[in-house]
Amino acid sequence: MSEMIENTSVSESELVTEEKRPNYLLQAWLVIFLSALYGAILVWVQMSLSEKIEANKKNATFAQIPSLVKGAEPSKTQELAITGTDGKPARVYQVFNADGAHIGWVFPGLGQGFSDVISVIIGLDADVKTITGLYVLDQKETPGLGNFIQDEPFRSQFVGKATTPSLAVVKSEPVAENEILALTGATISSKAVSDLVNATVARYRDAAIEAAK
Amino acid sequence: MASLPTATQRFLNGIIPENPTYRLLLGMCPTLAVTSNVQAALTMAAATTFVLFCSNIMISLIRNLLQSHLRILVFTLTIATFVTVVDRFLAAYMPEMSKQLGPYIPLIIVNCIIISRCEACAAVQGPFIAAWDALGVGIGFTLGLSSIATVREILGSGTWFGLTVLPPDVWTPWSIMILPPGAFLTLGVLLATVNFIDSKRKAD
Repeated sequence: MSEMIENTSVSESELVTEEKRPNYLLQAWLVIFLSALYGAILVWVQMSLSEKIEANKKNATFAQIPSLVKGAEPSKTQELAITGTDGKPARVYQVFNADGAHIGWVFPGLGQGFSDVISVIIGLDADVKTITGLYVLDQKETPGLGNFIQDEPFRSQFVGKATTPSLAVVKSEPVAENEILALTGATISSKAVSDLVNATVARYRDAAIEAAK
Repeated sequence: MASLPTATQRFLNGIIPENPTYRLLLGMCPTLAVTSNVQAALTMAAATTFVLFCSNIMISLIRNLLQSHLRILVFTLTIATFVTVVDRFLAAYMPEMSKQLGPYIPLIIVNCIIISRCEACAAVQGPFIAAWDALGVGIGFTLGLSSIATVREILGSGTWFGLTVLPPDVWTPWSIMILPPGAFLTLGVLLATVNFIDSKRKAD
């Protein structure tokens, strides 16, 4: 009996505060309306510009091909549509030299970094056994620490490494053949890049070799 | 409303008397981060001015609908929208510059120059005055960034706007000037110069 009385009194006091409480939705109508309006504007901007942005990214990839695969002739590059082991469609680039011989591959990779998505392109030899180059297309890692992943000293560590066994990041001077020295203060960013390379190569290797036949 | 400044006063105020870089010391993040060359500094200043101009007009148009406790939210929402537009535009038409400026374009969202103009001018005055206010402050910011970038690029790379002014055989570039410490040194020296001239002028 006493419990019931308590319950009633609680619900009554709740009712009172409910009435006194301002209606947040009504107050925020301008914010809600503007969010919808701005959202619509941004959708329009994104739709009208995304094609151009994609084309720019593709040009940036093509411009890097000679540095990723030695002796490559960019104009002979073939774009192949494949399905990775994750079941998703992807595009990889089959790279030829000036004589038309197949000399390597360029795989694009996308993965989570420390603060945002990191986008890389990886140069590989024709058998996908050795990494011949690495380039960071886009990253938003911490300036002064993680953003060094895009610089030559870090990237050149990957050049010449075998794709199996997979790469590992270490914090002290690398001993084994497959080890990459982490950037000081940016172990997560370093590991993100090395994991990204491992995952991308594993995902596309078989499908790419199959598609090239 | 008689006590509030007119459009001309607002415009002129932003350029020198209330220069965001040298007088108010606002927006220090881009001032230090993207002034290693003049081209990047001008792009940054233009992007900021565009965002400031659009946000000021937009906020001014809806100023009577603003509720005081939600106004900062509306400011940020508006600024973020225009910053995203600029960011996408640069990625589409100036991909190299977009890459060089990197995270500093999205960071315009938290640039206190813009939010302070929305608060001080656009939220209390009409769109015409707000537009002139934005232009004045924009020019002031452009002057601030480009003066620092001029010193840094000439001393640090021997070039100005990409053109060689100090040939490598007569001038060894001070690479510290294009590195982060150079930004602090330049800002400090220029700030001191501006204050020195100002105090001289007042004394006379």
